Amino acid sequence: MTGPFAIGARVKVARGLPPGHVRTPMFLRGRAGQVIRHFGTFPNPERLAYGLSGLPLLHLYQVLFTMDETWNGDGAYAPGDTVTADIYETWLEPL
Amino acid sequence: MSTHGHHDHGHPHGHDHTVFQPDIREPSEEWEFLEIALRELLIEKDIVTAREIQDQIEAWERKSPEGGARIVARAWTDPAYRARLLEDGNAAVAEMGFEVEALKLVALENTEDLHHMVVCTLCSCYPRPILGMPPLWYKSREYRSRAVREPRAVLKEFGTDLPETTEVRVVDSTADCRYLVIPRRPEGTDGMSEAELAALVSRDSMIGTATAFAPGSGGRSV
Repeated sequence: MTGPFAIGARVKVARGLPPGHVRTPMFLRGRAGQVIRHFGTFPNPERLAYGLSGLPLLHLYQVLFTMDETWNGDGAYAPGDTVTADIYETWLEPL
Repeated sequence: MSTHGHHDHGHPHGHDHTVFQPDIREPSEEWEFLEIALRELLIEKDIVTAREIQDQIEAWERKSPEGGARIVARAWTDPAYRARLLEDGNAAVAEMGFEVEALKLVALENTEDLHHMVVCTLCSCYPRPILGMPPLWYKSREYRSRAVREPRAVLKEFGTDLPETTEVRVVDSTADCRYLVIPRRPEGTDGMSEAELAALVSRDSMIGTATAFAPGSGGRSV
């Protein structure tokens, strides 16, 4: 059981700019990637940070992005290089 | 203020004569004042003692990359352990006596085709129970911003030059996972013992900014 996204699923990171303690890096918001791993469920850090329970638990995924999708050529990387981040289900949209 | 030492109001730990010794003598930034205010309140209200804070700081400072190096050396020599480490990091390091509480420890194996390099772009997430305290550069704004954008340039600065046929995968530890890189076992190490191999596993090779030392190059100084 891997929650709402299957391993291999194409996803897009939400573009939101909510205030507060957010664990989705800015440089990946709005980028398209691929789910490569499911880590299980964890308390929501955006609520935990304010003394709340963090429930309901959220599915956490490792999402893979190509460097080109992320930087569009403006960086020092080889064509096959990639970057991953660990992103909670609430930040991912199916693509 | 706790500086007068009268903060043992019947605390079960008895008389605590420890005076907290701050690393920073003259705080200047808001977060430093916040830390002082919070620490003094916790001590005054008998929630923790100065001694407990000092002990905890020292306990963290005793942890070092030697732990991770022993784990990697075992993974190199024991295929069943390697498989367990990749499958369930927390359970595999617990076998070696390391406790990683509340976080998910994930081991990533470097190969000829795939090289992992770890960063925390948001703060300084690091597998401290097995690697000790992170180096200052790991926490620097420079490394955190450049690692994800110019990984090949950063790797070169660490003396790591990988062919373009090797995928460099920058792993941003943004959430509840802490990553341990298992570097490639160097050539010419076939007959070496686990302890000899552990000396080849540098801290940076377990972050992924470097590779393990070649045998005969002196190894890690412990």
